Amino acid sequence: MPLIIYKSHDGNTQEVHAETGTSIMQAAVDNGIDGILGECGGCCSCATCHCYIDPAWVSKVSPADSTETDMLDCVLEPQETSRLSCQVIITDEMDGIIIAMPESQY
Amino acid sequence: MSEHCIVIGASHAAAQLVSSLRQEGWEGKISIVGDEPYLPYHRPPLSKAFFVGEKTEEDLLIRSADFYTKNKVDLLLGSRVTRIDRDAKKIILEDDVEVPYTKLVLTTGARVRKIPFVGSELAGVFYMRDLNDVKQTHKFTGPGKSAVIIGGGYIGLETAASLRKIGMNVTVIEAMSRVLQRVTAPEVSAFYTRIHTEEGVDIRTEAGVDAITGEQHVEGVRLADGSTIPADLVIIGVGVLPNVELAETAGLTVDNGIVVDEFATTNDSDIFAAGDCSNHYNPIYKRQLRLESVQNATDQAKIAAKAICGKPEVYRALPWFWSDQYDLKLQIAGLSQGFDQVVIRGDSEQGRSFAAFYFSEGNLIAVDAINRPKEFMMCKRALTAGQSADPLKLADESIEIKDAFN
Ligand SMILES: Cc1cc2nc3c(=O)[nH]c(=O)nc-3n(C[C@H](O)[C@H](O)[C@H](O)COP(=O)(O)OP(=O)(O)OC[C@H]3O[C@@H](n4cnc5c(N)ncnc54)[C@H](O)[C@@H]3O)c2cc1C
Ligand code: FES
Repeated sequence: MPLIIYKSHDGNTQEVHAETGTSIMQAAVDNGIDGILGECGGCCSCATCHCYIDPAWVSKVSPADSTETDMLDCVLEPQETSRLSCQVIITDEMDGIIIAMPESQY
Repeated sequence: MSEHCIVIGASHAAAQLVSSLRQEGWEGKISIVGDEPYLPYHRPPLSKAFFVGEKTEEDLLIRSADFYTKNKVDLLLGSRVTRIDRDAKKIILEDDVEVPYTKLVLTTGARVRKIPFVGSELAGVFYMRDLNDVKQTHKFTGPGKSAVIIGGGYIGLETAASLRKIGMNVTVIEAMSRVLQRVTAPEVSAFYTRIHTEEGVDIRTEAGVDAITGEQHVEGVRLADGSTIPADLVIIGVGVLPNVELAETAGLTVDNGIVVDEFATTNDSDIFAAGDCSNHYNPIYKRQLRLESVQNATDQAKIAAKAICGKPEVYRALPWFWSDQYDLKLQIAGLSQGFDQVVIRGDSEQGRSFAAFYFSEGNLIAVDAINRPKEFMMCKRALTAGQSADPLKLADESIEIKDAFN
């Protein structure tokens, strides 16, 4: 089970071991990490699961599709490595990945 | 007595509430009592991805079983609360077991509105609300079989799309003059009618149901005009009613939902309500609302948790909703009721992607965005911030969507 490190906007971190095949959003919700909401349950409709992939890890993550890119274009405080975490599926290669979260999902 | 927060109803609002309670520092006991035999699960996929088998039962779980164990949340599932004794501060279960509380949250949601059509007790006739309902429909589905859906709202149309996907013949019967009449502009209704027709669904508007026919198993639906549509499966989706009886008999204020203040608190300061069952004031739209959406269940549950933990915060969230049908991703931000102007961006008459912006007295109040995530996101942000947009710019696709907002 890969280790996922969630980093809140004020720098606090929480470490979680997550099953491969689940999403970064689901792992956060299952572990009560409140920086990620995931209101639509992962169907790419809400953008309340916005996160920033640590630049060192971007290459381990599959790219966003066009719906996700369009949504990301309009989130609050987008960054180069912004993703909707429900669309990022955890693989063994992501062991140790750092996921930063925005201050607010609205 | 030590602190004990009991949550009645185990669904979207409950799953968020218990998580928020722990995050806000609640150290007392937490119990969820729910009458369905399942851990809180996502209801929206019931008519969408789960219906067509793209999601499994396990995929539906809002949070894993582990989450409740780790957060010391006791789950009493398959158990119904029959009464609240406010004087003694306890709830009474079906089997007369009494459980004391110090704080109580009602997340009892809504149930389907039942219409006593002749024949509605026949095998093969279903309502769509619970996992149990949907699991049973699977015995009656299959390529080449026929389904009739009574009610052309979002859930009815989503189910129609799902049934087409598995190769069934589908008819939708709507009593009003257009589908989605209560919730969208005529342009959006016309769009969905066109798409469903192109996809092979037979949509009958201004059609009344006379009876559901068959011996033991449903065989057809007879309309008021005397014609009968053959059916192996009938799904009735004509709206829901809030589950307020428990609150009402306990003497809590009820008016189209359990009435709560801006802190999700009822007229008893130790009892809270959130989600589909609640009636609350929305400061953005300046009126009382009873919403039926995951957004409201989740966001209001957070507000209730804060109030319970002594950190009250005013509930001020923008309602939003989504609906998936075929390749169409509809995202709705805001409430369109009471609009006096609709601005269409894109081609609703031929394409599969456009946005309908709703205005009231010159102010933007909502958007229905179909395969238009940017329009949805921009509108959601603007409405949350109390901003409007320029209708002329919205209608002009040569202008970047971001430049239409002021
Ligand atoms: C098929 C379908 C598709 C949907 N699609 C969408 C969508 O795309 N987007 C969206 O935003 N919303 C959608 N919704 C609506 C959404 O599911 C609801 O708004 C949401 O479930 C509300 O959550 P809740 O926690 O308030 O209540 P509910 O989900 O209604 O849950 C309440 C629970 O409390 C239980 N209960 C009631 N009384 C008692 C009692 N006395 N004792 C014990 N338990 C009790 C009920 O059995 C139920 O399990 C859909 C709903 C359905 C049915
Ligand atoms: S959970 Fe809704 S977009 Fe990711």
